[in-house]
Amino acid sequence: MSPRPYVRPISAREWVFRHPRYVRYMVREFSCLFIAGWTLLMVWGLKQLADGPAAWAAFLELVKTPASVAFHGVTLAFAAYHSVTWFNLTPKALPLQVGERVVPDWVIAGAHYAAWAALSLIILLWTL
Amino acid sequence: MIQLEVLRYNPETDQEPRFQRYEVPFRDDWVVLDALNHVKEELDPTLSYRWSCHMAVCGSCGMMINGEPKLACKAFLRNYPGVIRVEPLRHFPVERDLVTVIDDFVAKLARVKPWLVPKEAPGAGEYRQTPAQLKRYKQFSLCINCMLCYAACPEYGLIPEYLGPAAIALAHRWNRDSRDAGRESRQDEIAAKEGAWECTFVGACSDVCPEHVDPAGAIQQVKIESTIDWYQAHLTPWLKNEK
Amino acid sequence: MARSNKPIVWGPFAAGGTLTAFLTPVLVLLMLLQPSGVSYESMHALAAHWAGKMLLAAVIFLSLWSAAHRMRITAYDLGLRADALVAALLYAATLACTGAAIYHLLRI
Repeated sequence: MSPRPYVRPISAREWVFRHPRYVRYMVREFSCLFIAGWTLLMVWGLKQLADGPAAWAAFLELVKTPASVAFHGVTLAFAAYHSVTWFNLTPKALPLQVGERVVPDWVIAGAHYAAWAALSLIILLWTL
Repeated sequence: MIQLEVLRYNPETDQEPRFQRYEVPFRDDWVVLDALNHVKEELDPTLSYRWSCHMAVCGSCGMMINGEPKLACKAFLRNYPGVIRVEPLRHFPVERDLVTVIDDFVAKLARVKPWLVPKEAPGAGEYRQTPAQLKRYKQFSLCINCMLCYAACPEYGLIPEYLGPAAIALAHRWNRDSRDAGRESRQDEIAAKEGAWECTFVGACSDVCPEHVDPAGAIQQVKIESTIDWYQAHLTPWLKNEK
Repeated sequence: MARSNKPIVWGPFAAGGTLTAFLTPVLVLLMLLQPSGVSYESMHALAAHWAGKMLLAAVIFLSLWSAAHRMRITAYDLGLRADALVAALLYAATLACTGAAIYHLLRI
């Protein structure tokens, strides 16, 4: 038995800055704030849609304001970071073994990136 | 010559840890463990630390070197400019100097039954396993219980009850072994709140693992399997699961 | 140790995280570049159809849920220890906002 073990305190705020990998983790986690905020903005848009064409037009004007544009820019960066980290981690969570070989991580992640690009292209072409 | 700044703590005399500087020779092929051995042999025999194989297979010499969990026998002096700060492995209580109290990890390891729960009755002959079956768990079997992953994991630091990366990865190793039949009993530990569910996939554990076990991957795989189990059990309880 | 019921909240989190990873960036880009390209007629047509309603409701729910779950975890990581309370508040808010979205969808 240890006579008097010393327990080192851990500060919740201190550990984040111990190494860049923890900072990157926090950035990834913070992306949820912007994704949630943007989704709520879209729920507001749904309300305006239900209120009629004039309200929808007002919603589009709101989206075009400088504050909204800035928010969308930041959200796009965070959302893309979420996507990249998610796709890169997927092969770790869902490894694929075929016979004696494990499918390389880049193949699984790459398939996700390809699907992401294809889906995005389809949506952009369909609406623009 | 280079300088080591080493955490010292004598439970019989000290209220809290302090740092002590030692000047040691610089040799191009020396690791931090060699420097510590020099300190103990030539400068200060009172310095306490764990070590054994000096070749990164026993897992004894884990410590914080400039804030990063590393095996002291694998951290080369030539890679550290300036003063090298050596501290005991984080998230474990300090027993004395660089020696930590590892009882928590040992207890948690035992809880996940990291051994073969035989599928076949004794006397049925030798187990046969194909290379493909071996591949399913081989990576997770490389764990040397060095606990660097526990030092790197912020969740283990914040939540002392958390089973932790190595314990869960080792449970997963046995679950994926074709010869084993112990998954159901291990699930009671790794699918519990203190098991895989405390993990938030920071991934630091896999980053620092010297054997490339990828405990983070193992834990996510446990989460997915446990989730499928849960929905199966709650939505289609009449379906028996033969695993 | 009893097996946790975490899968209840983790399942939708994983689904929502995957969904937002694939879908959110392009939609944000759309709103950034050319919001006027999303006409009242086309959006109304989508939301008027029952399948469109279900799609929009599902996307909104999963997006908000995965974000709420992440917020819960991050709150704990940063020192907020009242996990049960934080979880209840965040999941309840998610359900409320999803409820509001469904309410408006039903008006279309």
